[in-house]
Amino acid sequence: MNAPPPNSLRTGPDERGWFGDYGGRFVAETLMPLVLALEDAYRAARADPAFAAEMNSYLTHYVGRPSPLYFAERMSAHCGGAKIYFKRDELNHTGAHKINNVLGQIMLARRMGKRRIIAETGAGQHGVATATMCARFGLDCVVYMGAVDVERQKPNVFRMQMLGAQVRPVTGGARTLKDAMNEALRDWVSNVDTTFYCIGTVAGPHPYPTLVRDFQSVIGEETRAQMLAAEGRLPDSLVACIGGGSNAMGLFHPFLDDKDIEIFGVEAAGEGLDGPRHAASIAGGRPGILHGNRTYLLMDDDGQIAEAHSISAGLDYPGIGPEHAWLADLGRVTYLSATDAQALEAFQLCCRLEGIIPALEPAHALAKVLELAPRRPPDHLMVMNLCGRGDKDIFTVAEHLGSRL
Amino acid sequence: MTTRIDTRFAALKAADRAALVTFLMAGDPDFDTSLAVLRALPGAGADVIEIGMPFTDPMADGAAIQAAGLRALAGGQNMQRTLALVRALRAGDARTPVVLMGYYNPIYVYGVARFLADARDAGVDGLIVVDLPPEEDAELCLPALAAGLNFIRLAAPTTDARRLPKVLTNTSGFVYYVSVAGVTGSAAPDTGAVAAAVARIKAATALPVAVGFGVRTPEQAAAIARCADAVVVGSALVEALHARGGGDAKDPARAVTAVSDLVARLAGGVRGARTRAPST
Repeated sequence: MNAPPPNSLRTGPDERGWFGDYGGRFVAETLMPLVLALEDAYRAARADPAFAAEMNSYLTHYVGRPSPLYFAERMSAHCGGAKIYFKRDELNHTGAHKINNVLGQIMLARRMGKRRIIAETGAGQHGVATATMCARFGLDCVVYMGAVDVERQKPNVFRMQMLGAQVRPVTGGARTLKDAMNEALRDWVSNVDTTFYCIGTVAGPHPYPTLVRDFQSVIGEETRAQMLAAEGRLPDSLVACIGGGSNAMGLFHPFLDDKDIEIFGVEAAGEGLDGPRHAASIAGGRPGILHGNRTYLLMDDDGQIAEAHSISAGLDYPGIGPEHAWLADLGRVTYLSATDAQALEAFQLCCRLEGIIPALEPAHALAKVLELAPRRPPDHLMVMNLCGRGDKDIFTVAEHLGSRL
Repeated sequence: MTTRIDTRFAALKAADRAALVTFLMAGDPDFDTSLAVLRALPGAGADVIEIGMPFTDPMADGAAIQAAGLRALAGGQNMQRTLALVRALRAGDARTPVVLMGYYNPIYVYGVARFLADARDAGVDGLIVVDLPPEEDAELCLPALAAGLNFIRLAAPTTDARRLPKVLTNTSGFVYYVSVAGVTGSAAPDTGAVAAAVARIKAATALPVAVGFGVRTPEQAAAIARCADAVVVGSALVEALHARGGGDAKDPARAVTAVSDLVARLAGGVRGARTRAPST
């Protein structure tokens, strides 16, 4: 348990799916053979150059990669410190980083001969990305979404339906993202022969945290090359928001062994960490087991899972990917948090200074950039992952600002 | 180490009949009703008592048991009270095996060593923890076996011949065959397929094989009891409790009657399953 940190932080997990004390495969026996089959299929796909070639072709021509690394000049001037760059993953097809992962998983599903895809979604971004790729490849798509979220995110529900997906509202439990994930697992256990479960973040039983991270690592790999081209050197710091943590893991992973680079993950502090209404699993949670892995969770003293809260439905999850839990314990990544109010303020600032309407998720990251950048020198290169666009959030923001749309 | 589970199955084998295993959620809908219902089970014909440990996120359970867990939590149930429930049940019944069933997180948070000590002390005989496959045996299975508790593993229709030995290793008490790939309370199993699967498992182990998931009626229970060593009924009992006495208007006496009546009918099915017409 107290093993020294490995020489490289990029070799995890071990063959049993562990990042230190986190991760693992905590699933029912019915699912265990499926999880093992997925692991085999992923290993074979990684060894097959044709898989990478096909994936790269779709990333270029369908998703629209590489996404730009953009020098946010006015934001930098406003902060009066570091040079701030935005990695513009909000410019991807479907408007967020989610599609990087979905593309990879759908290609795996096709290799495995699975014709029916299920997914969970909170804000609807992962659901929309999954519905999109299923439409593109002619696959059946069922998306589980908490009944509360279906009501909160009507535009995305309609988008998924237009794309041919069936959206099933989940009325059990607390009716939000964690319950949607429970219901997707129940579907998977009931349809083992036909169905591929496309998980939206770096969580779930091994190998999901690994394969989702790998598919999202295109973000960090592009950032390395783009920063070298722009500035002739690597960045000095990285900042990304964290719900489950897939956009952050994708940006961070290629840089974990560059010891001089500061890395910051930003959790959602909701209405504040002193009360129960937040979604900061590392700041306010402790280790436990949910949805197939051990990681930091929000829960009560009896091990009952708590409801997360954030203004951003995409960060509204009571857990975090196990690799983040491990990086937090090691101290390699510093985990901060931003409140609903701070995110709203950063959201508006980004609109007015840069002409970019960000999603509320990366607005949390920006809120911390606004604190970190002024304390860094002018030659400090800071990269923030602008992982989603804010069109989906205008109703929420309008409501909080007292406007009626 | 011989447990109450081993003793009970040996006795039933000698009597040439299958066991009826009943599942109810601890504290559903409240502690007192739950205890009253549990106390009546052996008299009604239950041979092994499974008690659910409530959890907010029961990913292998269907609607009935999900709702039962949430009702129990709303009624103030927690791990300490679940162990207290077993202790109270055990005070009046020294022989009926008691198995706790649920998910790992509440055990992990309670503390594995403390849980095993307290569970044994309360009179628990075995554990079924849905989200602990053999790959994670170091977490709870091996410590439980060392503490003298049975660790009862689930085998599923997806468990193929190559994997089965891995599932059977470190399993004790009995093997619980999940009769359908699905959640609890799902469609009735196909008896022919179940018989084939039970035969496959029995060829690989000397342990008794119980069959559950989707068994609701005395007729279904009888059909399973012809090929398996035990029949597990859960969702149907949980629904009976909730529909007649445990619902909004709580009435312990009616809950006891409703559950006991169904258990008696199920026990009739199980006990009559292997009797043949007397030879002339």
